[in-house]
Amino acid sequence: MSLQSVSKSQTSQPVSVRAIFLVALVVISLVAPFFVYPLFLTKMLCFILFASAVNIVLGYSGLLTLGHAAFFGGAAYIAAHAMKVWGTPFEVAILLAVAFSSALGLLFGFLAIRRQGIYFAMVTLALAQMIYFLAIQMPFTGGEDGITAVPRGMLFGVIDLHDTLTMYYVVLVLVAFGMLVIWRAINSPFGHVLAAIKENEARVTSLGIQPNRYKLIAFVLSAALSGLAGALKAIAFQVASLADVTWHMSGEVVLMTLLGGLSTLIGPGIGAAVVIALEHYLSTSGLPIMFMIGLIFMVCVMLFRRGIYGELREWYRRSRSARDHS
Amino acid sequence: MPATDKPRLQVDNLQAWYDESHVLHGMTLNVGDGEIVTLIGRNGAGKTTTMRAIMGVLRKRQGTIRYKDQDIVALAPHKVPRLGIGYVPEERGIFASLNVIENLTLPPVTQPGGMSLNEIFALFPNLQGRNRTIGTRLSGGEQQMLAIARVLRSGADFILLDEPTEGLAPVIVDQIAVSLQILKQRGLTILLVEQNLQFASAIADRHYVVEQGEVVDEVQNHALAANMGKLNAYLGV
Amino acid sequence: MTEFFGVPVVVLLGQVLLGLINGSFYALLSLGLAIIFGMLNVINFSHGAFYMLGGFVTWIIFSHLGIGYWPGLLIAPIVVGLIGALSERLLLRHLYGVDPLYSLLFTFGAAMMLEGLFRYIFGSAGKPYPMPSALSGGYNLGFMFLPVYRVWVIAIALVVCFGTWFAIERTRLGAYLRAGTENPVLVQAFGINVPALLTLTYGFCVGLAGFAGALAAPIYQVGPSMGANLIIIVFAVVVIGGMGSIAGTIVTGLALGIVEGLTKVFFPTASAITVFIMMILVLMIRPNGLFGRER
Repeated sequence: MSLQSVSKSQTSQPVSVRAIFLVALVVISLVAPFFVYPLFLTKMLCFILFASAVNIVLGYSGLLTLGHAAFFGGAAYIAAHAMKVWGTPFEVAILLAVAFSSALGLLFGFLAIRRQGIYFAMVTLALAQMIYFLAIQMPFTGGEDGITAVPRGMLFGVIDLHDTLTMYYVVLVLVAFGMLVIWRAINSPFGHVLAAIKENEARVTSLGIQPNRYKLIAFVLSAALSGLAGALKAIAFQVASLADVTWHMSGEVVLMTLLGGLSTLIGPGIGAAVVIALEHYLSTSGLPIMFMIGLIFMVCVMLFRRGIYGELREWYRRSRSARDHS
Repeated sequence: MPATDKPRLQVDNLQAWYDESHVLHGMTLNVGDGEIVTLIGRNGAGKTTTMRAIMGVLRKRQGTIRYKDQDIVALAPHKVPRLGIGYVPEERGIFASLNVIENLTLPPVTQPGGMSLNEIFALFPNLQGRNRTIGTRLSGGEQQMLAIARVLRSGADFILLDEPTEGLAPVIVDQIAVSLQILKQRGLTILLVEQNLQFASAIADRHYVVEQGEVVDEVQNHALAANMGKLNAYLGV
Repeated sequence: MTEFFGVPVVVLLGQVLLGLINGSFYALLSLGLAIIFGMLNVINFSHGAFYMLGGFVTWIIFSHLGIGYWPGLLIAPIVVGLIGALSERLLLRHLYGVDPLYSLLFTFGAAMMLEGLFRYIFGSAGKPYPMPSALSGGYNLGFMFLPVYRVWVIAIALVVCFGTWFAIERTRLGAYLRAGTENPVLVQAFGINVPALLTLTYGFCVGLAGFAGALAAPIYQVGPSMGANLIIIVFAVVVIGGMGSIAGTIVTGLALGIVEGLTKVFFPTASAITVFIMMILVLMIRPNGLFGRER
């Protein structure tokens, strides 16, 4: 049981195409805040990392998680509480939040991996809902209001993050770091074992490898990076909210990943950017966001399961092979 | 087969696929009213696939399948049995979540003339008094009898019977052979897949040899003994 | 006064009763979820949304058309069942061939869409629904006050659950369903219209959820998020019980309701997460669930 992979391995595009693409991406992300509202871009970056982190589990490991809001929103609470109540420096708050989400990921992963396929999804959903209920009840989370007026603090005690543009660049660096970690993990021997497990778990087991250990590591890595994304969002927006631990959030990030393209490095990022931009547009249009998200979800599952990037790549590949044959 | 009548079942140039793999390459065969015809051949030759294609269980197919002069390829799969065609699959298909009587009465009665429960218990005494037993708790032979009995009850007068003797003890095989002869006397038409030539020769009128998804030879039952060498070569015995 | 671990038995009984009500809803919903999973191999996340829809249908026909509780109890499941059957026929059906995870995601999206739609039209606040006069009030048992509506909910839920169990385990249609769960292809080859059977199954089970929604209207307020919150707990119930047995699913639902009620007495703050804690324990000890078989 696994969601269909878009491709078995990365495409062998010419190096130059990739290099140009990468340079363009760097340039765009550096100059973008001079053209687009930086806080909006910061939000987009956080969700790009979140969706890409979910992709480690959903795409590369073939496990449907419906509980990642617990890591994202949970880490947001920890980071906000650390900054506001304990008065820790920015970097310590981030580290604490990531440590929390990693530990939670270890616990969830340990429990959920005991069941396969459809049950895995239900277990992660239920565990995350438990965190949601705890978030409502525990005093430090502020219930329905969340933790508000969180100070952004100083990075390494010298860089003042209250400047939104500075905040953007700090988030950009950390998100880029997170993406690099994902890229390294997927293209390492660990990533190859993960791919092999997804392809044929029984065969991998027969080689003396314990699939569950690899799945668990992937799950924890994904939880840690989701936590990083949530913590960054909480500090940049100076609020940790209940909305970030709801099942809607878990669903929305799965939608971003699916919409962009599962098991592709940049697909989930594209999906996240599209969904965030769409929400931004919808929030002023008066149309119900949740209704639209649900509708797009249904259309995406029904009509293009490869996602935007997956479909584009398939189209590119087909047109190229057609050219080669002619 | 009377020359004037159209055959009960007429299969022409039937092609079929499992996903991408092409399994039947132009099966052509016919079965006349009241005939018992076997398909023999090695494992993987396409005998079971032919059965599945006729029933419409396997959807990916081309060619014509006419039953009582009606093309049934376009029919929805649940409409095929309603023409009075009964299917006894190779794996017998006894349901573990149903008891014997539920298994027996599962197929809806599709036309009059089906056997009553009393007639069925007379034909297969082993099934009598086992109504509340879970279907899959029966022995292999009893499960086979149940699988045959349930299509007889439905009123089907044309039966696709896939390897009824597979894995059964000789004494049970004899019992099934006797019951099939009784069915033949009742005028039922049967298309039988069988590897056991001795069993087949005891009840069949004709035999088709299937190899790599098509019919490669046809032997009348009375000529079986004379063609034994050829058949053994086909079957690789 | 009799006490049990320092808690008066009366209080304990009251909580057991309260728990049984929650348990009745767990049972009604997990039952439908399990049957749909067995037949269609679909985990129906929108089950909660259909429960909400049942509540809203009851409320809408009352507040706009003046149609009361008793007809509502009949109309809500029929309307919800028809909508469900239609959605199965037009949409869900096309996902049977692909990995079941996609149908889960599809119903997940459908649930979001429905919840978003109702929140947009009716707002987030819950709508009160009046208690039907025949079922208001209660009995004074001397040691406790027993509200009539609660007794009614438990009784009717038990009757409906038993009826469904009976229909599946003891009737001809139920035999088709059980056989179809095992081997739909063969059932089709016996002349039974399996696609129609699937539509019927989905419509019926979703109708059960709509019925539960109508039943819930007078005790819980009718609101857009009533479904999702409940269905996630029901998912945990289903993980605990496993989906192998109809009777097992019903018993698990009721039992978890009682456990939850008792938790309220001893650890009031933990009662909301009782079912999830139970799920964790079951996953540690019996990963396949109490009545489960791995599929």
